[in-house]
Amino acid sequence: MYEFDWSSIPGALPFLWQGMKLSLAITAVAVAAGMVWGTVLAVLRLSPVAPLSFFAASYVSLFRSVPLVMVLLWFFLIVPQLLRDLLHLSHAADFRVASAMVAFALFEAAYYSEIMRAGIQSVSKGQRSAALALGMTPLQAMLLVVLPQAFRNMLPLLLTQAIILFQDTSLVYVSTLAEFFGAAYLVGNRDGRLVELLLFASAVYFVLCSAASGLVRVLRGRVAV
Amino acid sequence: MDLRIFFTPVPTGETTYLGWLLAGLRTTIALSLASWVLALALGTMLGIFRTVPNRPLRAFAGAYVEVFRNVPLLAQLFIWYFVVPEIVPGGHWFKSIDPFVQAFLTSMACLALFTAARVCEQVRAGIEALPRGQKSAGLALGLTLPQTYRFVLLPMAARLIVPPLTSEMVNIFKNSAVCSTIGLLELAAQGRQLVDYTAHAYESFFAVTVLYLLVNAVILVVMRAVESRTRVPGYLGSRK
Repeated sequence: MYEFDWSSIPGALPFLWQGMKLSLAITAVAVAAGMVWGTVLAVLRLSPVAPLSFFAASYVSLFRSVPLVMVLLWFFLIVPQLLRDLLHLSHAADFRVASAMVAFALFEAAYYSEIMRAGIQSVSKGQRSAALALGMTPLQAMLLVVLPQAFRNMLPLLLTQAIILFQDTSLVYVSTLAEFFGAAYLVGNRDGRLVELLLFASAVYFVLCSAASGLVRVLRGRVAV
Repeated sequence: MDLRIFFTPVPTGETTYLGWLLAGLRTTIALSLASWVLALALGTMLGIFRTVPNRPLRAFAGAYVEVFRNVPLLAQLFIWYFVVPEIVPGGHWFKSIDPFVQAFLTSMACLALFTAARVCEQVRAGIEALPRGQKSAGLALGLTLPQTYRFVLLPMAARLIVPPLTSEMVNIFKNSAVCSTIGLLELAAQGRQLVDYTAHAYESFFAVTVLYLLVNAVILVVMRAVESRTRVPGYLGSRK
C-alpha cells in the first residue's frame, strides 16, 4: 500500500505561489490580448471586404485545427531563435514567458473570435441601422453600439473560455518554464513525491476552476439583457 | 524550406523522416478513435444519468462532469500515468509492461474519461432539447422508462447532437497531442523528434500542421455527410 507523505508541500508553497502568479499572468495577458485580437478578427470576418473576411476565416480555422501543445512547442523552439536572429541578441536572453504569452494570445484569439462573431450576430440589425441613421460612421456604430451589446451577451462564454485558458496554461510545462503545474512537477520530482504534488496541484486547479465556473453561473443570470 | 528532408532515411535506416511522421499520424489516429469510441459510450451513459428521475445517479454524473471539466487535461494525464499505478494495489505490474503499450493505454483511458464529461453534457443537452411531450407520450403508450429512452428519446437526441459531437471529435484529435508529454510518439512528438535529429524546424512544423489540417478536414467531411443523413426533418439543421 502506498504511504502518502505530504511533508514536502508546505516548504514548497512559496515556489508554487510563484508558479501560480506566472500562470495567472499568462492567463491575464492572453485573455486581454486574445479578446482584443479576437474581436478584431470577428469584425474582419463579418466585413463585406472579401480578402479581410477570408484572412480572418483562414486564421481562425488554422488555429482551431492544430493542438495548442504543438503551437506552444513551436513557439518555444522557433520564436526565440527567430527573435535572436532578427535582433542580434545574446543566447542568454530568455523569451519563454513572452513566447508563452504571445502563443496563448494568438491561439486563444481564434476561439474568442468565434464567440464574438456569435455575439455580434446576436445583436439585432435595427441597432446598427439606428446608429447609422443617427449619423454615426460604420466604425462608430460597431464600437459604440454593436460591440458593447455583443460583449455583454457573450460575457459568460468569454469568462468560461478564460477558465479553459487558465487550465491550458498547464501546457506551458512543455517549455520547462515553472508555471504552477510545472512548479509542482519540479518539486515532486526533486523530493520523490510526485504522487502528492500532482494530486495537490490537481486539487488546486479543481477548487479554483469550479469556484470560477460557479461565479460565471451566477453572473449569467445577472447580465442577461 | 527544403522538402527533400522528408525523403532522407532516418539514422537507423529502416524508414525515411516522412515515415516517422506517418507512424506518428497512425498513432494519433488509432489513439483518438479508440478513445472516442470509449468516450461516446461512457458519455452517453453519463448523459442519460443526468436526466433520469433518480437523485443518486444524477448526482454521480454531475460530480463526474464537475471533476473532469475542472482539472486540466495534462494534470489528469499525469495522474493516470504517475499517480494511479503507485497508489492502486497491483499497479506496479502495469509499470513493467512495454513502455509504448503503457503510454498508449494510459493516454487512451485519460482521453476517454476526459472527453466523456464533454460528451455527457452534449447528450444531456440533446435530451433536454426534446419537447417534454416525447417522454410523456412514450410513457403513456405503456413503454417503461428504459424503453422510452431506448426507442424515443435517444434516437432523436443522437440526431440532434451530431454537430456538437463533431467538434468534440476534432478536440479529441487535438488533445491527443498532449500525450506526447508521457513519451507517446504520436504526430506532434514525431515532429519534435524530426527537429531534434535534423534541425529542420520550419519543414517539420509545416508538415505536422498540414497533417493535422488534413485530419480535421477528413473529420469535417465525414461528419457533414453523417449530419445531412441524420438531420431531423422540421428542425433547422442545428440543435437550436
